[in-house]
Amino acid sequence: MSSDFILEFHDVYKSYDDLSGTKLVLNDIDLQVRKGEFITLLGPSGCGKSTMLRLILGSEKPSKGTVMIDGLPAEGPSRDRGIVYQKYSLFPHLTVLDNVIFGLDLEQFSQFSRYLQPAKYRRERKKHQERGAAMLERMGLGHALYKYPHQLSGGMRQRVAIAQAMIMEPKILLMDEPFGALDDNSRTDMQLFILEQWERTHMTVFFVTHDLVEALFLGSRLLVLSQYYTTAKDHNEGSKIVTDREVPGGFPKPTSFKNSPHLKELLNEVRRSGLDPEFARHITEFDLSHRDAMRTVTPEEWGNGQKEQ
Amino acid sequence: MGFFNLLAKPGPKMSWGLGLCLFLLALIAYVAVAESRHRENPDDKVVPTFAKMVDGFYSVAFEKDRNEEYRLWVDTWASFKRVGIAALFLIFAVLLGLHMGLFPYWESLFLKFMLFFDKVPALALLPILFIAFGLGETSKIALITIGVFPTITLDTYLRAKNIAGEQIMKGLTLGATHAEIAYRIVLPQILPDVLDTIRLNFKAMILFLIAAEAVSSDVGLGYRIFLVRRYLAMDIIIPYVIWISLLAFLADAGLRWFIQKKFRWRMQGAG
Repeated sequence: MSSDFILEFHDVYKSYDDLSGTKLVLNDIDLQVRKGEFITLLGPSGCGKSTMLRLILGSEKPSKGTVMIDGLPAEGPSRDRGIVYQKYSLFPHLTVLDNVIFGLDLEQFSQFSRYLQPAKYRRERKKHQERGAAMLERMGLGHALYKYPHQLSGGMRQRVAIAQAMIMEPKILLMDEPFGALDDNSRTDMQLFILEQWERTHMTVFFVTHDLVEALFLGSRLLVLSQYYTTAKDHNEGSKIVTDREVPGGFPKPTSFKNSPHLKELLNEVRRSGLDPEFARHITEFDLSHRDAMRTVTPEEWGNGQKEQ
Repeated sequence: MGFFNLLAKPGPKMSWGLGLCLFLLALIAYVAVAESRHRENPDDKVVPTFAKMVDGFYSVAFEKDRNEEYRLWVDTWASFKRVGIAALFLIFAVLLGLHMGLFPYWESLFLKFMLFFDKVPALALLPILFIAFGLGETSKIALITIGVFPTITLDTYLRAKNIAGEQIMKGLTLGATHAEIAYRIVLPQILPDVLDTIRLNFKAMILFLIAAEAVSSDVGLGYRIFLVRRYLAMDIIIPYVIWISLLAFLADAGLRWFIQKKFRWRMQGAG
């Protein structure tokens, strides 16, 4: 079964049990993402951004509904989805090069076949090393091949982590606030870096961030997930996608975008869409203007009994 | 003087000098006591002079005894074998801890048992071991192993459990199997810390060794000092004690050197 969409959410709910009972975090999420899209996901803290990412990764299962990867339900984490975390993405006991080719090695040799076919293993490993080194060279990390992660700066580590995930050519690259721990300069460098990588490979990226400017600058499509919204019901629980739109200004954007006059307008608009508890929008006013945007709502939420598809 | 100065920086000469100070002091005190006792009674056995100890040490190390053996080396080898075999069994302690820390079913099965087992005073098991396994090597090796096994297992368990979940997710997204995550991602990362724990448990292992040898044996470092105690042979006992301590110190230093050399990636801020 193939599908036009590389990633789909259909009526996804996610709740957690805690001491006070069951808490709904994601409330009826629908989403369709085309191949090659650079999605940025924004949201106020506690809205469930990372939960959504974990559902795509497959480390957690939806309480209701389905998450599909390339037309098939998402199973536990596997090599068709790469991930870059803010921290702990790299293996501290391996050199930069070994970190990058770790996945390639695993793919061809099981735990024991490495020892059963040592000559073949050495030969293949050499090939992997060359491929990894070429990739790191292209990413400007040629000088750091044999360094250990603790010897690198934060920005360099994240570059290596991106290389480590990208060399596996995943269907989707997931990024969980990857530049959140960096200073402003390295953050800007890294933003340009990831855009360069996108231009070269046109991979599908799902990028979670809490930084508005970053989300607008990087994304081709912006999602805002928020718990601040109103419906016809008296009580709402769990976050919904309140904004799903193309980011104006083309993609990838020139750096001048960050200084452009209408960025400020755009920022205000996005902020008012649900990032700020003072600007909760009604469910009928969500900005779902992206061509692939879709959702289902219940008549109780909508108010007058109609159902929009 | 800078003894109560938080910011003091003693130079290398000063550091070494101070470091040797207490050794020297102990030595001088010993010599003084030995001399004064020998003035009163030239045959004093309780505090032998250095000359006597050197003689004693020389006779056990370089002169054949009644059985045509060099006692010190025979004893050392026998004790070394016991500790060495017990140390090999600790590989299982590490693997068990690793599995308990990573695989929830292993944790459910073993954790409570190990926590209880850890509280059983191993020395109290000694009579049981002697009854169950006889007076031979088995019960001695079993005591040394049982004495430190739970500690090593629980330590490995905690370290494996503390590995960031991100590392495991990362491994899965790179196509690692669960076994590969355990053996290629987690084990190499915790190994230096686990070896450190084993290093710190050398002392306990030697303690159990000497206890087992004291109770029943016919050869071994612990056996010898308890045997010659009957003749108040301090000229043998003291060199043996120093010899045991020195071996333990060297083993410890060797392993520490190995860890530093082998695990260069282990520095602050890794990850």
